[in-house]
Amino acid sequence: MTEIAESLKPWLAIGCPASGAILILLFSKRPNLRESCTLLSSILQFSIILSMVPMILKGEMIESYFFTMFPGIGFGFKVDAFGLLFAITSSSLWILVSIYSIGYMRALKEHEQTRYYFCFALAIFGGVGVALSGNLVTMYIFYEILTVSTYPLVAHKQTSEALFAGRKYLAYLLPSGSFFLGAVVITYSVAGTTDFDNGGILTLVSSSHSVLIILFIFFILGFMKAAYMPFHSWLPTAMVAPTPVSALLHAVAVVKAGVFGIVRTVGYIYGIDLMHEIGLGVMLASFAAFTMIFASLFAIAQDNLKRRLAYSTISQLSYIIFGVALLSPMGITGAMLHIPFHGFMKITLFLCAGSILVASGKENISEMAGIGRAMPITMIAFTVGALGMCGAPPVAGFISKWFIGLGTLQAGNLIFLGVILVSSLLDIVYFFPIIYTTFFGKSEGTESNLTKGKKIEEAPMSMIIPLSIAAIISIIFCFPNPVTDVIFYIVGVAISNLGGG
Amino acid sequence: MSVVEHFPILTVAISLLSAFTIFVAGWINKKSCVFISIATLIAQFLMSMAILNHVMTKESIHYWLGGWKPPWGIEYVVDPLNAYILVILLFLALFCAIYSKRSIEHELPHKIASFYTIYQLLIAGLCGVTVTGDIFNMYVFIEITCLSSYALIASRGKIALKASFTYLVLGSIGACFFLLGIGFLYSVTGSLNMHDLSLLLPPLYGNKAVMAAFVFFIVGLSIKMALFPLHTWLPDAHAFAPSEISAMLSGIIIEVSTYAFIRIAFAVFTVNFIKLLPIFDILCWIAATAIIIGSILAITQLNLKRMLAYSSVAHMGYIVLAMGLSISATSYPWGGLTPALMHILNHALMKGCLFLVAGMFIYKADLWYVTYFRGLGRKMPYTCAAFVIAAISMIGVPPSVGFVSKLYIILASLEAKKFVFVAIMLLSSLLNLIYFWRVIEMMYMKREEGAGNSHASYSYKDEIPLSMLVPIWILSSLCIIMGILWLTKIPIPILNKVNAMFGLVVI
Repeated sequence: MTEIAESLKPWLAIGCPASGAILILLFSKRPNLRESCTLLSSILQFSIILSMVPMILKGEMIESYFFTMFPGIGFGFKVDAFGLLFAITSSSLWILVSIYSIGYMRALKEHEQTRYYFCFALAIFGGVGVALSGNLVTMYIFYEILTVSTYPLVAHKQTSEALFAGRKYLAYLLPSGSFFLGAVVITYSVAGTTDFDNGGILTLVSSSHSVLIILFIFFILGFMKAAYMPFHSWLPTAMVAPTPVSALLHAVAVVKAGVFGIVRTVGYIYGIDLMHEIGLGVMLASFAAFTMIFASLFAIAQDNLKRRLAYSTISQLSYIIFGVALLSPMGITGAMLHIPFHGFMKITLFLCAGSILVASGKENISEMAGIGRAMPITMIAFTVGALGMCGAPPVAGFISKWFIGLGTLQAGNLIFLGVILVSSLLDIVYFFPIIYTTFFGKSEGTESNLTKGKKIEEAPMSMIIPLSIAAIISIIFCFPNPVTDVIFYIVGVAISNLGGG
Repeated sequence: MSVVEHFPILTVAISLLSAFTIFVAGWINKKSCVFISIATLIAQFLMSMAILNHVMTKESIHYWLGGWKPPWGIEYVVDPLNAYILVILLFLALFCAIYSKRSIEHELPHKIASFYTIYQLLIAGLCGVTVTGDIFNMYVFIEITCLSSYALIASRGKIALKASFTYLVLGSIGACFFLLGIGFLYSVTGSLNMHDLSLLLPPLYGNKAVMAAFVFFIVGLSIKMALFPLHTWLPDAHAFAPSEISAMLSGIIIEVSTYAFIRIAFAVFTVNFIKLLPIFDILCWIAATAIIIGSILAITQLNLKRMLAYSSVAHMGYIVLAMGLSISATSYPWGGLTPALMHILNHALMKGCLFLVAGMFIYKADLWYVTYFRGLGRKMPYTCAAFVIAAISMIGVPPSVGFVSKLYIILASLEAKKFVFVAIMLLSSLLNLIYFWRVIEMMYMKREEGAGNSHASYSYKDEIPLSMLVPIWILSSLCIIMGILWLTKIPIPILNKVNAMFGLVVI
């Protein structure tokens, strides 16, 4: 049994973005003060979350319940290793994105910046809330806050295209939220509790086989944020949003909250044993495998860089679902590791895409020939991220893919191993042309830009620094060092808890 | 006898008195009317709080009018149920009165005195319906309420006259049904006192006249509470009344009729009688239809106030559905009347806020249609922010009040094993999303025509006066605060007492 420690730290961690959001509104007329609020609350939040690490590593769980909502359901937080991992990912990436946003929004002179920073802080509030919450009801509350607060960000540009994207975003995610709520109440009425528990809370004793399967479908539909196919199309459409928002969607909080929810459902609501018993693992894995392959195929066809990255995300998210669905310790390890690793790699890629947009105004890959020579730092970072996505060492993606690969073997399913290999191959197919074109491609586009008198150079420092940091961290993760060790320990704790039941 | 025990009659009496005073004062000084009205309402609100405190800590209040012993005399009975309704009622009425100061000066400058006279009569009627323990007295107060609301709805003239007339015809039919019900009960029991009736009726439960009376009550009050398909008077009446009256109509007047129904169904007839007939199951299905059709009709409306009116039809469906489930869902905390009573308060907060905001747009720029709301988010930032908060509560985004209602009703229908209603509740919040999001998108996201790329051209602010903004902000912030309070279950003991009183939930 794990020890349970009472602590107010989860509340403080949630309080940072919430109070940050209020301060942002108050200082709407003073941009410098407003942006420093964002930065300050992100750094504060990150340090609070880090301060919870030692307790988790000791094998304790941090609990803090505020009040009881229903018999057996408290409103509050229970931080375990897995939740903390997601919280660390979100909050650390928030710092990077905040720094980057300042450069991006100012360089492009975007309108409604207060709304942007306010909603961003609220979204982080929702995201970290999802990570730390101790039961499904609390999680649902934060999950919906995340959904709603992201809408103004997606529709930020207020063009008809952006409005359409915003509507589509809501049209997918709020009905999905209804399914989630349905799943929550059914779970509650079946199990009498909704707490996340290492061994799962549902059993075949309390409910029949068919109820469990229907409930699982509800859960999966409820976590549509994970952008699995065929319910993925909101994500590429949402690419019209400013680039830092895409980073939020793809790396920091939104889609990660979806896969986080699926992992929670599989590991902590159903439990590994029950998943085995009713044979849901193979079904889920096949479902995820479908998305892994097809999203990659879709990605090849995209010329818009951000859309290609979006399809890449769809495929990568399914890696996480896939890893968990294997139900083997190695597979779950890989899936959990992929949450922070993919976060850092994808944020590198998006920040690079944004820098290219700011520096040159280009969005399509075909126009980007030679851009790598003009913006070497950006494109080197991009290459690092791309390598990671393909699972090539020495970037973090290699490790998580390695573990997921081992997981397929542990589960004894060679077909799934084949799926991983094929999908990695497809990753290479859609990433390498970008690298090739930008570094070695020759085009008239560069010439015409030069003749116009605009020389393409690197984006502002506040954009270059975060993306370089993200790229460097992506590499660091691949080598043994204290930071990586901590992540591995946390995942190790999570896995041993799950295994120990 | 403590002084609090006189408060039930006092709330009614001072309201009547103030109506008269306003009428007289209006001849001398028009400006004084609103202050007399607000002062009266503050006094009434404080009294209602005292009453609630008294019934929660001590016992129910029984006040015999003129010292006549019931069942011969009229008795006022205040228990947790009507104390709770009374607080909501006076709270909303107070904020509508504060709001109305500027808007009535603007909209009905020549009718200020008569407006507040009738407004106080309306409050007197509503308080009367709530506190009375005598069924015929209840009828009288329902008529006072309705007559004054006919007048208030008609006060803007022109098309409002037609709206008011439709309401008058349908309202009178409803009142007739109600009166017939009373007559039937009187003919078999010879009593009009509610408590007395509940003692006399059990042996007569099989009696055809008693059953007919119950049906008359249902039909009569369904018209008054605009339950689908008897809602046809409501959209016009809500849309063309002055906004503070729309807020009152939607937020509390139809809810007081629901209260009257709850009182009659559970206190005059009892749970035992209701369980004899499948009537509550039928009500559930009617309510479910109301939820879906009301929402769909709301989607088709472009006039904001009409849209809100149809949304009220849908939300009355929520309340009636929750009430219908009350006899089959019996476990704490979502069993019994808890979800229904909870939504009465929640709906008052949300709809009150929304109608007042809609009135604001009309006050400021005569904007009735959603299509003209472009760029309002910049022009009136505080008003629109309040609208957004209330609208997302209607959609049911946690932790707002709408979410709590939705959750409780869903849990109740799960316990009653009626899974269809779970689906309907979930679907309904999506339909709410469609019609509210259209407004939000128009206010914030659609660029103003001709604004082009220059942001400066539409960045001027044009906020409304503080006396209107404050009520709106209090209501909208309560949408969130009450939501959290409901989740912490701080106000639940009141509803528990109600459930215990009617023998619905055993904790």
